[in-house]
Parts: sequence; C-alpha cells; structure tokens
Amino acid sequence: MRLPSLREVSTEARLLLIGIPVFIWTMVPIYHMFLFAISPKEDAFSGKFWPDHPTLHNFEIVFREQHYFLRDFYIQFWNSLVIAAAVGALTLFVATAAAFSISRLRVPGGRIVMNLALFTYFIPAAFLAVPMYRTMATYGLLNNRWSLILAMMTIASPYAIWVLKQASDKLPVELDEAAVMDGATTLQIFRLVYIPLMMPSLVAIGTYAVLLAWNEYLYAFLLLSNDRDITLPVALGNFLAADDSPWELLMTTGFIYALPPAAIYYAFRRYMVGGLTAGAVKS
Amino acid sequence: MAISVSASDQALPGAPLSARLTPPQVWGIVLLAPYILVFLAFVLYPVCYGLWLARQPSSYVALAHDPIFARAAVNTLIFLVIGINIKMLIALFLSGFFVQERRWIKWLSVIFILPWAVPSIPTILSIRFMLNPEWGMVNQLIFKFTGDDGPNWLNDPAVALAMAIGVHIWKSLPFWTLILITGRLAISHDLFEAADVDGATFWQKFRYITWPSMQTLYITCTLLSMIWTLGDFNSVYLLTGGGPADLTHVLSTLGIRYLRLDQLNLAMASIVCAMPLVLPLVYFMMKRLSR
Repeated sequence: MRLPSLREVSTEARLLLIGIPVFIWTMVPIYHMFLFAISPKEDAFSGKFWPDHPTLHNFEIVFREQHYFLRDFYIQFWNSLVIAAAVGALTLFVATAAAFSISRLRVPGGRIVMNLALFTYFIPAAFLAVPMYRTMATYGLLNNRWSLILAMMTIASPYAIWVLKQASDKLPVELDEAAVMDGATTLQIFRLVYIPLMMPSLVAIGTYAVLLAWNEYLYAFLLLSNDRDITLPVALGNFLAADDSPWELLMTTGFIYALPPAAIYYAFRRYMVGGLTAGAVKS
Repeated sequence: MAISVSASDQALPGAPLSARLTPPQVWGIVLLAPYILVFLAFVLYPVCYGLWLARQPSSYVALAHDPIFARAAVNTLIFLVIGINIKMLIALFLSGFFVQERRWIKWLSVIFILPWAVPSIPTILSIRFMLNPEWGMVNQLIFKFTGDDGPNWLNDPAVALAMAIGVHIWKSLPFWTLILITGRLAISHDLFEAADVDGATFWQKFRYITWPSMQTLYITCTLLSMIWTLGDFNSVYLLTGGGPADLTHVLSTLGIRYLRLDQLNLAMASIVCAMPLVLPLVYFMMKRLSR
C-alpha cells in the first residue's frame, strides 16, 4: 500500500468535482419520478427527499386500473407493445431487403434510392407530422393502429437502411461469388449467407426501431385519439388535461412505461453503442 | 453499375424488360420495392401534398402578421444557436472527462446514459412538476433555505424557454457525449505520450492534438443536432405547452398548434418558412454522409 501523491489526490478531486454534478444532473428528474411513484399523495407534494411512509400503493392502483385516468392502462400498454413490435419487424424487413438489394445486388438506381432515404432521414419528424396526418386521413387510416405503425416505419427505415448498407458494404464480395459458384440462388444467399453475417447490425436496428416506436409521442398523439386505441405516452400526456392531475399516479405509470426501454437499452447496449454510434456520424 | 451495363448489352434489343434483367437484378428490384412503396406513399405524397397546401401567398401574409410566428421563429433560432452550442461544448468537455480510466467513471458513464435510454415523456413531466411554483421540489427547496418564494419558473417566457432548452440538453447530452467519446478514443495514444514528454500543458494538448482530430466530427455533430432539434417537439410541448400566452413556441410546436386550430395552410406555410434554414444543413449533411 502506497500513499497517493498530492498530485494524484488533486487530479482525483478535480474529477470528482465534475463527476458529482454530472451524477446529480442526470439522476434528479429520474429520482423525482421514482420518489413520486413510491410516495403517498401527501408526501409527494411536501418536497421531501424520501417519503415518510414509502409505499407501493400507487403501483397497486395502476395495476388494478383503479383511477379514471387509468381505466384503460392494460389495453394502452398492449397497444404500445404491439405497435413497437410491428414497427420493429416491418422496419427490419423493409430495410434489410433494401440494403441487400442496394449493397449486394447493386440494383440499378440503388444509389438514388439511398440518397432519397438519407434525405428523408434529415426531414425533422415534427415537420413531416402535419402532412403525414393529412395523408393518413386521406388513406382512411386515422384512429387505426396501422397509421402509427406505417408512420413510424417510414421514420425508422431511412436510418436503418443506411446503417445496414454501411455494414453490408464491409462484407467481402467473395462470399457472394463463392455461393454463386456453389449454385446458390439469390434468395438462398440472402437467407443463408447475408442474414447470419448481418446479425449484430440487425439486432441493433431492430432495437432502434422498437425503442423509437415505443417512445414516440407526437405521431401517436396526432394519429390515434380513442382512449382504447392510444399508446401509453399519449395516455400520460392526457393526465395533464385535468387541473388536479394525480401526479403520483402519473409518475408511477411513467415509471412503469420507462422500464422496458431502459431494460432493452442496457441489455443490447453492446450492439447499440457499436452499431449505432459508429453509424450515426461518420467522421 | 457495371453489371447492369453488361446485362443490357447481352440482351436482344426490344426484348421485354424481364428478359433483359439477370435474375439477381430482378430480385434486387423486388427487394427494393417495399421501401420504394413506403417512400412514395408516406414521404413523397405527404411532402407534395404539404407543398401544395402551402402554395397560397395569402398564407405567408397571414403568417407575417401573426406575432406568435415571429416569436416562434426567434425562439427556434435561440434554441438552435445558443442551446445546441452550449450542449455540444458541454458534450466535448464531458467526453474528455469520460475517457479518463477510473472504475467509478466507467460506472458513472453507465448511469449517465439513462436520460437517453428512458422515454422522454415521463421524465419531461417529472421536470415539469419539479418546477411547479407551489408544490415543486425546486421552489420548496428555495423556501426551505431562504424563506422566500421561488420564481414562477414556467410563467416567464424567457425562463420557460431556457428551461425547455435545459430539458433538451438533459435528454440528448448523453448521446452526443457518447459519440464524441468514440471520436476521442480514435486518437492515437502515442501523440499524447509524446506531448507529455515534451512537457505540453493540458490546453496545448487539447489545442494541437485533440481538437484538430475531432474538428470534423464536432462540426458534423453540431449540424446534425441542429437539424434534429428543429423537430424537437416534446421538450417544448410537454414542458410549457407553448405557453405562457403562446410565447415559448418553436417552429415544430407551432405547426401542430395551427393544425389543432384547423389552419392547415398556415401550418404548412410555417414549415416551408423553415426550409431556408433546413435545406442548407441537409445538403451539407448529405454531402458528408453519402461519400
């Protein structure tokens, strides 16, 4: 055991001086949400850092749908789940097919499609929301969960195609050539060579699309309006409609809603960090 | 491209299209078709429809006379120019902090990513309640320590906008820090060791080693963040709802406000007005990414 030198101590102190505020800044809104979720109503409004009587009663109310704002909790949770899963699956299908076609089959016009997709990626989603809303009305899809699924797939696929194309460009051409020599058809190459090799990127993109759809508020709030059709984030926003909103229940529901994406994110962090940040900004 | 030329050379002139394409190319078109359909139905058609709605000059006259529009445009500029630059500077600074090799910093970086990993709606609403003038934690703390009532945070347009920018920074800082960390990790360690031998100061190492290698990445990130922030609807809408008195709107919430008021033409016109800001950024990013 050796005593640290003065210089080391001062470096460590300076790092802590940055680290502690960063920790507080990051945790305060999340802790506040958690605090509300475990507080009875009177404790939540008293500004304490820890409730006098921590309780899981709020969770019980939410899970039993025992409040006016929560009467459709399960069906809204289910809506969120179905929509997120459908967006993930459809985005993966569309984007993988497109990336394979552009990158491996070098289909004529592939470059143009890639550029159009990239252009779509850069249209701010909130700007596309207004015409998208009108378009869905024209197609007769408003208040139908397909409108949200298709809209979110439209938003998720450009980036998905771009990342998958970057990843498939890195696979050696010889693989395809060898497979052709062995008499493989294009579909067999796609299924037996391409998909297995692309697995890490596909996991990253699938996760990206699922989280994007699960977290989306604006499109869900525009495209769906019946209480039994909406997703959880819209239901959370609707809590604000009342003057005396039950904030402790809002925070409890929000906490439950935030858990799955956080869990998915941390479970797939390895893929997400490698697959997405490298693709997000090519220096 | 080379394949397509040779394929059409072999084919007989006047043969039907299917005969002129090799099987992989047919598959290529079939596999690309789903995305093309999605693009036509849900991007091209809405965009064209939107532009058609925004065709009347009278909409722009109405916008010019709407003080809320002018205010929203200024707010958007403040959000982009001040908010994003502050965020990226903090991200640049923190990326330097997170590359330090300490066990506790590793753990902190795992926690630090939380705002990005959790959905924004519940956390923004949580911040909204924290800022509640009577019951929020912030003002209760101020009261406890000073005995004075704290400010009515979301009732002053300037403060409310600053808070919305704060929420945006809270939410997206981890993502950009993460990207700048990957940029910093790509710099060869030998350079820093050589600089240490030469007795370079902290600032000199940043100025002559870190910054030159991160410059492009940093600027790309800033531009990309600006484009995305134009579409940041949640931070403003869920924190202030555009209020007080519609003074904290940004262009993305303003479009939705007009939509709710059934003024679709104005909604589209306000978005078209943002295009001079968006298109140069998009053009620049496209050139960068499609290399």
